[in-house]
Amino acid sequence: MSAEWPLWEVFVRSRRGLSHTHAGSLHAPDAQMALRNARDLFTRRSEGVSLWVVPSDEITASSPDEKDPFFAPAADKPYRHPTFYEVPEGVRNL
Amino acid sequence: MTPVTSPPRGRAAGADGPPDGSGPGLEAEDVQAAFDAAVAADERIEPRDWMPDTYRSTLVRQIAQHAHSEIIGMQPEANWITRAPSLRRKAILMAKVQDEAGHGLYLYGAAETLGTSRDELLDKLHAGRQKYSSIFNYPTLTWADVGAIGWLVDGAAITNQVPLCRCSYGPYARAMVRICKEESFHQRQGYELLLALTRGTEAQRAMAQDAVDRWWWPSLMMFGPPDDESSHSAQSMAWKIKRHSNDELRQRFVDICVPQAEALGVTLPDPELRWNEERGHWDFGAIDWQEFREVLKGNGPCNEQRLHRRRTAHENGAWVREAAAAHAAKHTATHATGHTADHAADRTAADRDDRVEPAAAGPAQPNTAPDTAPDTAPDGAGAPSASRSTRSRA
Repeated sequence: MSAEWPLWEVFVRSRRGLSHTHAGSLHAPDAQMALRNARDLFTRRSEGVSLWVVPSDEITASSPDEKDPFFAPAADKPYRHPTFYEVPEGVRNL
Repeated sequence: MTPVTSPPRGRAAGADGPPDGSGPGLEAEDVQAAFDAAVAADERIEPRDWMPDTYRSTLVRQIAQHAHSEIIGMQPEANWITRAPSLRRKAILMAKVQDEAGHGLYLYGAAETLGTSRDELLDKLHAGRQKYSSIFNYPTLTWADVGAIGWLVDGAAITNQVPLCRCSYGPYARAMVRICKEESFHQRQGYELLLALTRGTEAQRAMAQDAVDRWWWPSLMMFGPPDDESSHSAQSMAWKIKRHSNDELRQRFVDICVPQAEALGVTLPDPELRWNEERGHWDFGAIDWQEFREVLKGNGPCNEQRLHRRRTAHENGAWVREAAAAHAAKHTATHATGHTADHAADRTAADRDDRVEPAAAGPAQPNTAPDTAPDTAPDGAGAPSASRSTRSRA
C-alpha cells in the first residue's frame, strides 16, 4: 500500500504573454490530480493563468558533471553579444 | 551529453533528483573545489551538483524539521477555526492554516531534491526521530492566542526565514521566497486581531495581554540555543545555509517587537527589557533554556497530543491515498487499451499551443524586465545576464 504517488514537476504561467516557469514539484496519483494539487499549492493567490504538470522522471536533464565541456562552446564566442562591438561616440540607435 | 543519470536507491529522481555519483569520474578534490568555489562566489548549489555528504545531511535535517514544523503548526491554530468570532476571522484563519500546509509541501519538495522520500520524512516525524519547532508544543488557550501566534510566532519565523531566501541551496532558497511572501499576511492578520482586542473591552485587553505573556518567551526560543551552545551554527554559516547567528536574529526580533508592542498597547513580559544606548539595541532578560530543552525532549504541554493527532490524521487518510492510486491505475489501464481521445480532449487548446513553443535559443539575453522575473528564482532576478553568459561557471 505504501507505494508513494509519483512526483510531478509544476510549471506556472503567471500571466498571459509570459512563458511557463518551474514552480516546484508535488506528488499525485495521476495527471488530473497533479493539476488540481498544483492549483491548490502554487496558485492560491492568483499566481497563474495556466499550469503544466510533467512526470519528473520524463525529464531528461544535462549532466552537471559534464557542464563544462557541454556548455564550453559558448564561452569563447563573445562576438555573439552586442557588447563585443565598438561603437563610435555619438552614433545612436545602434 | 548523457541522459539524466539514474536516481539513487531506485527513487524517481526526475529533473531535480541528485545524480548517482557514478558519472564520468571527476576527481574528489575537483568536485570539492567546485563546490567551495560556488559557495564562496555566492552562487547556488543545485540538486544535481556534487555536494559534501554532510552538507546534504545537514540540509535534509534542517529542511525536514522546517517542513514538519509547518504541518504540526496547523494544529494549534486549527483548534480555533470552528470558534472564530466572525466569518471574516474564520475565512482568514482557514486561509492561513491552508498556507501552512502549503509551506510544508514546498519544503518537503525541497528536501526530496536531496534524495530522501516524502514517506521517509513522515515516518521519521511520526516515530519522533525528526523534530519540529518546540513552539508548537504550547497550547492555544484563548482566541487571542491566534493573534499572538500570528504576530510573535510568525514574526519570529519571518525574521529567521528572510535570510534563508539567500541560502546556498537553491531549492530551499526558492521555497523560502514563496513562504516569506505568504508569511507577511500571517503576521499582519495576527497583529490586527490583537489590535481589535486591545481596543475592545477590559476583558478583551486582558485576554490579549495574557496571550502575549505566554507566547513571548517561547517565541524568543524559536531562534535556537545561544551561539556558544549551537552545535551546527558555525558549519552552517560557513556553507551559507545560515546567514546570521541565532543570537543576532533574536536581537533583531526583539528590536522589531518592542515598538510594535507599544503601538498595540501590550506589555512584553520582561522586566529587564530596556534600551541600550551604547549598543543601539534593546537589552532583554535571560531565557529559560531549561524549559526549551524539556519541551524539545518531548516534555512540553502538548508534544504527545500533537504527534498523536498527526499520526492519526496520516493513518485515517490512508484509504484516500489508496483509492486515488487505485483510480489512477485503473485509468492508466483503460488509457493503455486505446481510450486516449477523451484524455487528450481534457487538455485545453491553449495548452496544446504552448507545447510547440520552442526553447529559447542561446543564452538568455538581454535580461527580462525585473517585473517579469520568475518569483521562484530570486538569485537570477536583476542580475545582468550578458556578463553571466560569457562567464565560465566553474
